[in-house]
Amino acid sequence: MHEPVLLQRQATPARDLGTYLASGGLAGLKKAREIGAEETVRIVTESGLVGRGGAGFPTGRKWESVRMAQDPERYFVLNADESEPGTFKDRVMIDVDPYMVLEGVLIACYAISATRAYIYIRGEYRREAQILQCCAEELAAAGYLEGLGPEGSALSIEIRRGGGAYICGEETALFRSIEGYRGEPMSKPPFPTVAGLFRKPTAINNVETIANVPDIVTRGPAWLRTLGTPRSPGIKLFSVSGHVERPGVYELPFGVPLRELLDLAGAHDLQAILLGGAAGTFVFPRDFDMPLSYEAAQEHHATLGSGALIAFDHETNLWRVAERLGSFFAHESCGQCVPCRVGTRRQHEMLETLAEGRGGSDERDLLVRLSQVMTDASICGLGQTASTAVRSLIEAEAEGLLAV
Amino acid sequence: MADTFGILIDGREAIAHEGETILDVLRRAQVETPTLCTHEHLTPAKACRACVVDLKGSRALVASCERKAEPGMEVRTDSERVQNARRGVFELLLSQNDVSTAPSLAAQAESLGADPDRYSGRRYEKGFFDDNQLYVRDYDKCILCYRCVEACGPDVQNTFALTVAGRGFNAGIAAGFGETLPDSACVFCGNCVAVCPTGALMDRREHSLRSEGRWDESRYDVVQTTCSYCGVGCQLELHVDRASNEIVKVTSPMDHSITQGFLCVKGRYGYSFVEAGAE
Ligand SMILES: Cc1cc2nc3c(=O)[nH]c(=O)nc-3n(C[C@H](O)[C@H](O)[C@H](O)COP(=O)(O)O)c2cc1C
Ligand code: SF4
Ligand code: SF4
Ligand code: SF4
Ligand code: FES
Repeated sequence: MHEPVLLQRQATPARDLGTYLASGGLAGLKKAREIGAEETVRIVTESGLVGRGGAGFPTGRKWESVRMAQDPERYFVLNADESEPGTFKDRVMIDVDPYMVLEGVLIACYAISATRAYIYIRGEYRREAQILQCCAEELAAAGYLEGLGPEGSALSIEIRRGGGAYICGEETALFRSIEGYRGEPMSKPPFPTVAGLFRKPTAINNVETIANVPDIVTRGPAWLRTLGTPRSPGIKLFSVSGHVERPGVYELPFGVPLRELLDLAGAHDLQAILLGGAAGTFVFPRDFDMPLSYEAAQEHHATLGSGALIAFDHETNLWRVAERLGSFFAHESCGQCVPCRVGTRRQHEMLETLAEGRGGSDERDLLVRLSQVMTDASICGLGQTASTAVRSLIEAEAEGLLAV
Repeated sequence: MADTFGILIDGREAIAHEGETILDVLRRAQVETPTLCTHEHLTPAKACRACVVDLKGSRALVASCERKAEPGMEVRTDSERVQNARRGVFELLLSQNDVSTAPSLAAQAESLGADPDRYSGRRYEKGFFDDNQLYVRDYDKCILCYRCVEACGPDVQNTFALTVAGRGFNAGIAAGFGETLPDSACVFCGNCVAVCPTGALMDRREHSLRSEGRWDESRYDVVQTTCSYCGVGCQLELHVDRASNEIVKVTSPMDHSITQGFLCVKGRYGYSFVEAGAE
């Protein structure tokens, strides 16, 4: 049985700073300040932690480039926009252990000498925004932000609530949104570590990523690798929903078979799951023994994405599910580039036809053709992955895996 | 020279200068590259994706109009992947846009072998706006190239009357919050019209003549002159109907050192006064 790390306080949530301190809280921050920024970043790098927001970029490397940047003005941003359908782990993380999330933020800010921290939180997460606000104020009042800001001043943490746009979870669109512009992704390069928020060096991390940090710093560089697989060290939160008896957030070490997670959540006799959120792929029972690791997912032409898993029974029309995903992308496209703006619309129209049981191989061929254009030519991850699930469904259908 | 270097285009060496985009290099090397949104005097919007190329080491294709050339880059433009993406962009646009006044778009689509009937589906219904004396806006023709927004904003005019509103398929150009142009910050310089590649923005005179079937470029001479309204010295190109001696349109050359193609309301739309004086 896996001893929870990220959800270690789930049974007895730390609702005030006193409780958090009593259960070992802020030890990571204390240690970081003792060993210094360079050493802190080294520990995070060696731990093998990679981003849990979907892209899987090594966190330590991100921090190191901002730490080494020439410009004294630099930012840390916590990405709490969590708008991927079926993903709700960051919300639970904030709810269960807000101080641990904030401790991670403080360590990150210390490590990169941040001018200021921003927390960008999904607009609908009003309650979670309030929790973070209260906890941040409490930490400030208790003096824990002192000396973390520019030239020894107190760090300021600004919480910004999103306006209900999925695209504002994409890091460059998120920066535009904080700056007061329309949330439109920018091209990379330049990467955020070079020119991010306000065109200044910026480290941006997902809530779950940052929640790993206090324990990593406290327990040292080798600890995370005692969990998970060699190529996917550590633990992952999975948001499980759909046709299961016990939907919810599950914490598991990487490498555990998918079937085990399905058993935990009480899944029986499924037709398929959608793994990795709207931008993920459909996975069918023949692959349920797949280990939940980045490398195994890749071998199975799947993706863990942010760890969303939606289960579907045999009654489900998966083309209807795909149509709903298509509608989501068409609605959430920022509209900036042609392949995505028009492509997501055309994709949705064809999926409507297929969900109604009309259409044939022409639609399927055209969907594949369109998918290639969107994947290759779109500016950002939204357009580039808006057809991933559809393609996996077309392939599965050709192999006779669909029930309805 | 220190600031020149080589990059590989379709396996052939090409010379690039520091600060140039990949597109600049492609053009000098005479590699035909479709473009829609990029404009010599505006910040690349990298929005249309017509100019994408395959850059070694990059997962997705990159917009050649925006990406700066770097030493050692290996670029492919002749692959099936690039051709398919470019063709796809045009096919998607043809599925939603009225391209009747966008000859360059139509020609590029044809040379890529784009099938105008590839995609069916609902069309953009952004509407026709006829709310001022000087130009009309037909957003069913708009490809959202961002040129007008940039020209009206920080790149030229600093007026910021135009912006993009709405999301996804419903994104479109708007003046303020659904305002009419006369109620917006617009100063009617017509610089947005000058850079619009599709005829979505069109001078009223041209629009009227076209709708009466009387617009005929073969009948117009272009007469160069200097604007006499003030001392700046903007160069004007008067498009004059040979038969009637009427001015049908005023532009300025995009390569002129003073204007770079941009004018103010007097230079661009003051021609009605010239004609009034002649009468
Ligand atoms: C369309 C789109 C939406 C995204 N939404 C989120 C999000 O809600 N939360 C998040 O953490 N990352 C999101 N990302 C990924 C971020 O761009 C970025 O990679 C991430 O915040 C980096 O943090 P990490 O390295 O800790 O994962 C999104 C990416 C794309 C392309
Ligand atoms: S891919 Fe879609 S969401 Fe991303 S920039 Fe293009 S239009 Fe916007
Ligand atoms: S006419 Fe000039 S001021 Fe008016 S919208 Fe166009 S560019 Fe802006
Ligand atoms: S109105 Fe013209 S210039 Fe403006 S975005 Fe549309 S096509 Fe481009
Ligand atoms: S011309 Fe390059 S993206 Fe439009």
